Amino acid sequence: MAAVAGQQLAGELAPVPPRVRTGAVRRFPFWRWIILVLAGLYFALPLYAGFRFSGLSSFPAVASQEGFSEAFTLSIRLAAITTVLTLVLMVPTVIWVHLRLPKVRRIMETITILPIVIPPVVLILGVLEVSPAGLKASPNLLALLYVVLAMPFAYRALDAGLRALDLKTLVEASNSLGGGMGTTLWRIILPNLRTALLSATVLTVALVLGEFTMASLDQYQTFPVWIVAFDQTSGPISVAASLAALIVTWIVLMLITAIGGRGRGGRGSGATLYSVARREPPGGS
Amino acid sequence: MTADTAPAVAPGPAAAGPGARPGRSRHSILRSAVNWGGLLPFAIYAGLGLILPTIAIIIGAFQTDNGAFTFSNINVALHGVYLHGLVTSLELSVIASIIPGVIGFLIAYAIFTARRGSVLRRVTITASGTFANFGGVPLAFLFIATLGTTGLLTGWLNAIGLNPYDHGFNLYTFSGVVLVYMYFQIPLMVLVILPSLEGLRPAWREAAANLGASSWQYWRYVGGPVLMPAFLGCVLLLFGSALSAYATAQALTSGSIPLTSIQIGSFLNGNVLAGQANVGKALALGMVLIIAVAMSLYALAQRRAAKWLQ
Repeated sequence: MAAVAGQQLAGELAPVPPRVRTGAVRRFPFWRWIILVLAGLYFALPLYAGFRFSGLSSFPAVASQEGFSEAFTLSIRLAAITTVLTLVLMVPTVIWVHLRLPKVRRIMETITILPIVIPPVVLILGVLEVSPAGLKASPNLLALLYVVLAMPFAYRALDAGLRALDLKTLVEASNSLGGGMGTTLWRIILPNLRTALLSATVLTVALVLGEFTMASLDQYQTFPVWIVAFDQTSGPISVAASLAALIVTWIVLMLITAIGGRGRGGRGSGATLYSVARREPPGGS
Repeated sequence: MTADTAPAVAPGPAAAGPGARPGRSRHSILRSAVNWGGLLPFAIYAGLGLILPTIAIIIGAFQTDNGAFTFSNINVALHGVYLHGLVTSLELSVIASIIPGVIGFLIAYAIFTARRGSVLRRVTITASGTFANFGGVPLAFLFIATLGTTGLLTGWLNAIGLNPYDHGFNLYTFSGVVLVYMYFQIPLMVLVILPSLEGLRPAWREAAANLGASSWQYWRYVGGPVLMPAFLGCVLLLFGSALSAYATAQALTSGSIPLTSIQIGSFLNGNVLAGQANVGKALALGMVLIIAVAMSLYALAQRRAAKWLQ
């Protein structure tokens, strides 16, 4: 945080633009820095305490612990199934909504926000009530459920990506050049949605790798459930595992926004990844 | 039927009109059927994954263990330990949505104004994306390492004579849970409020400045009123998120604070008294109703917000 703050400060100081509103401009950053430094401390301290508690030697030890590979394999498997299902379900749906039913976008936004606010305990309670016995006995039920949980993130990422495109023109241009539906989708729309697809994928994977409530209540030992069960025997290693998962997710997200930001002039493309509120395309004020 | 007979009844030039119109409308009906049909896979999935389980809960809340109709589950859910849990859940969610809401807003505004240093924005936004999804047991661990009885910060504060445990703070009680919830609530607020801030047009600020408004006046009469619905909407979302949280509180308090989500979880874990198997569903129904109210208000706030913040 401190390094970043330093860079930001340097960026602010380097150019010397005409000082018209010097007073206002100077006074505000002071409060800004107070807020950001306090927030930075609040977020950094637990991470630092976690590092101190686990010790560096715990990190390599995570992978060699008993049960790690089974739990990790299960989580990776669920993540793969969930991501494929989510993309297969959501990509055509969101494209369809943009092309044919733009008025439905608001309804879609409302529906896809539900999984964020409906408590997971409530959802799993209802799902275990209605799902057929064969499905209940399989961890794949979790993957099917995670698709629902991933909807808010996948929908918003894809929606933001599509808003930045002139979809109709692209499709018409492709059609007039003789491209069919499949060609248009594979060779025109999807390549243009690279960033959105990537962020939808990462958010989905992060969600699956971190989800605890449903997995534990459905009695499957996924990676997060394993971390907790493992804590009974070795605290430092489970803290190390949590920290590693958090930091890897962050780095991957940084990489994605760095790639996406370059392509689209950087106007908050990171924000569009997750924004839950309504948002217009970048540049269209 | 009427479409077929219409041209016969009305001959001449008029025939072209009615004759063509049903054709077009039949075409457009087909077209809109195809349009809506494209939503079918999503609708079916959402129906099976979201709506059906919710309906099952609503029905189950009114059933005895044998499936007969009853109000007793609701009755049990609204008394004693469960009522206490519901009240505590509501209190916790209100506090753990308003405080992080305000802090998150300030942080979002701070990075929103940092146009030049896009690195700061990028780091804050990606960090928010990561931390907003971080919760549960790992988060509880980090805070135990920080502010537990033997935590790092506790030790530091103790060294300067300010042991928080001597001043009424306890990580494993209400105040501790609020502090921990802020760790994912603040980033969530930053993420959801940023788009609204970006809708705040610089022209308004300039116009206000041209008319001689001070910064405070701008916020009091322009920025504040325009942002208020969006802010309230985001706080409602945070409320829902706090109400939903299960794993974090469970790991931190091991159930010592009665919270509805934990109580529902204990029903799923099989801690059920005879004849009360469906009380969990009644509790879940209560949560669904609270969420429904919060979401209706959220939708209302969003509509108000959309008026200005396009």
